[in-house]
Amino acid sequence: MIKSELIQQLADENPHLFQRDVENIVNTIIDEIGDALAEGGRAELRGFGAFSVKNRPARVGRNPRTGEKVEVEEKFVPQFKAGKEIRERLNK
Amino acid sequence: MAGKTLTRADLSEAVYQQVGLSRAESSDLVERVLDLMSDALVAGESVKLSSFGSFLVRSKNERIGRNPKTGEEVPILPRRVLVFKPSNVLKAKINDKMLNAKK
Repeated sequence: MIKSELIQQLADENPHLFQRDVENIVNTIIDEIGDALAEGGRAELRGFGAFSVKNRPARVGRNPRTGEKVEVEEKFVPQFKAGKEIRERLNK
Repeated sequence: MAGKTLTRADLSEAVYQQVGLSRAESSDLVERVLDLMSDALVAGESVKLSSFGSFLVRSKNERIGRNPKTGEEVPILPRRVLVFKPSNVLKAKINDKMLNAKK
């Protein structure tokens, strides 16, 4: 399922809404989650899952081919942990 | 960077503000979006939201685990797990903003 299919399904279920409103709904949801994470926050959607941000400190890495040392800069990466309900539904 | 925790209520409020539907309908639609995504995943489909990321269902084989307290061996049954692969756009957005905030 890609974003346009998700929007289409939601639009089909809600014929009273404009297509652009349905697009706006889906985009608002993903933008809000992204914004919360970019501010160092979390997003907890019970049953579905929780998004958080993890800090990876700077480290000295090595090019595995040449063994050469390379500085790897600090970075922040998004994490997702699936919620209990969906984990259970996946394994029924 | 403590940051707040976003919940369904915040998403409903944002949809309410952005789209101009009633609060009740906004909240129902947020729920429906999550349900449609969950249903696709439970059916074994992946869900790809461009500029955000992909949710993928991975099948894990059975393996032998160990109770770390007792050392007892227990089989971990084959199961399906949900993984999220953030898009480069999302990773860049978070990384840029967090690194700038530290400066």
